[in-house]
Amino acid sequence: MTRVLRLPEEECARLAAWAARAYPHEACGVLLGRREEGETRVAEARATRNLRTDRARDRYEIDPADYLAAENDAARRGLELVGIWHTHPDHPARPSETDREFAWSGWSYVIAAVTARGVTELRSWRLDGERGFEEEEIRA
Amino acid sequence: MSQVVIRIPTPLRGYTGGAGEVAVEAATVGEALASLGRRHEGVLERVVDARGEPRQFVNIFVGGRNVRALDGMATPLAEGDVLAIIPAVAGGGA
Repeated sequence: MTRVLRLPEEECARLAAWAARAYPHEACGVLLGRREEGETRVAEARATRNLRTDRARDRYEIDPADYLAAENDAARRGLELVGIWHTHPDHPARPSETDREFAWSGWSYVIAAVTARGVTELRSWRLDGERGFEEEEIRA
Repeated sequence: MSQVVIRIPTPLRGYTGGAGEVAVEAATVGEALASLGRRHEGVLERVVDARGEPRQFVNIFVGGRNVRALDGMATPLAEGDVLAIIPAVAGGGA
């Protein structure tokens, strides 16, 4: 059964604005929410700093201090860090080899393809054991 | 020995029965992680390498500071300290 990522329109719009502002560099962040049977519900998308200033056009690494702050905030609000989002400037919204190398199972990985015109595609993926990334459906 | 709390990141909670925090007694970061490993099978190998050092894709913070900038696994712990296991989150479009 295909899993579903519930991403409210306003969080989707915030993410798209960050993605467009960062272009042609990558933008990244975390998703706070709840995991339920068969679906993940995002309560808040949050932007974090990209430590990869040396290759900001095609790499991201979330600042661990930003990660920790987000996880602490999630715990205070009874939420979990349920996913990661990042952008692919001028590349499709599919996981790259670099994405595969660093991925952790259990999270939703939202990828936004972005060009000079803004976000052109938004897709979500989950690492599923040995099978690699499987796409999950994004719904509002 | 100090009573400390270890924060477990979401991707490793499958090893802790879903728990986001585990309380242990330990004097150092290394002792705290060893205690976590004894209690929850499989988690320690995801956090430290064969030499007993933090794995490449993992950061360990105590009180908001990376233990790599402190005394590593020998970093002392005080009563009530919170030790956070933070997965390195990275990737990119190419």
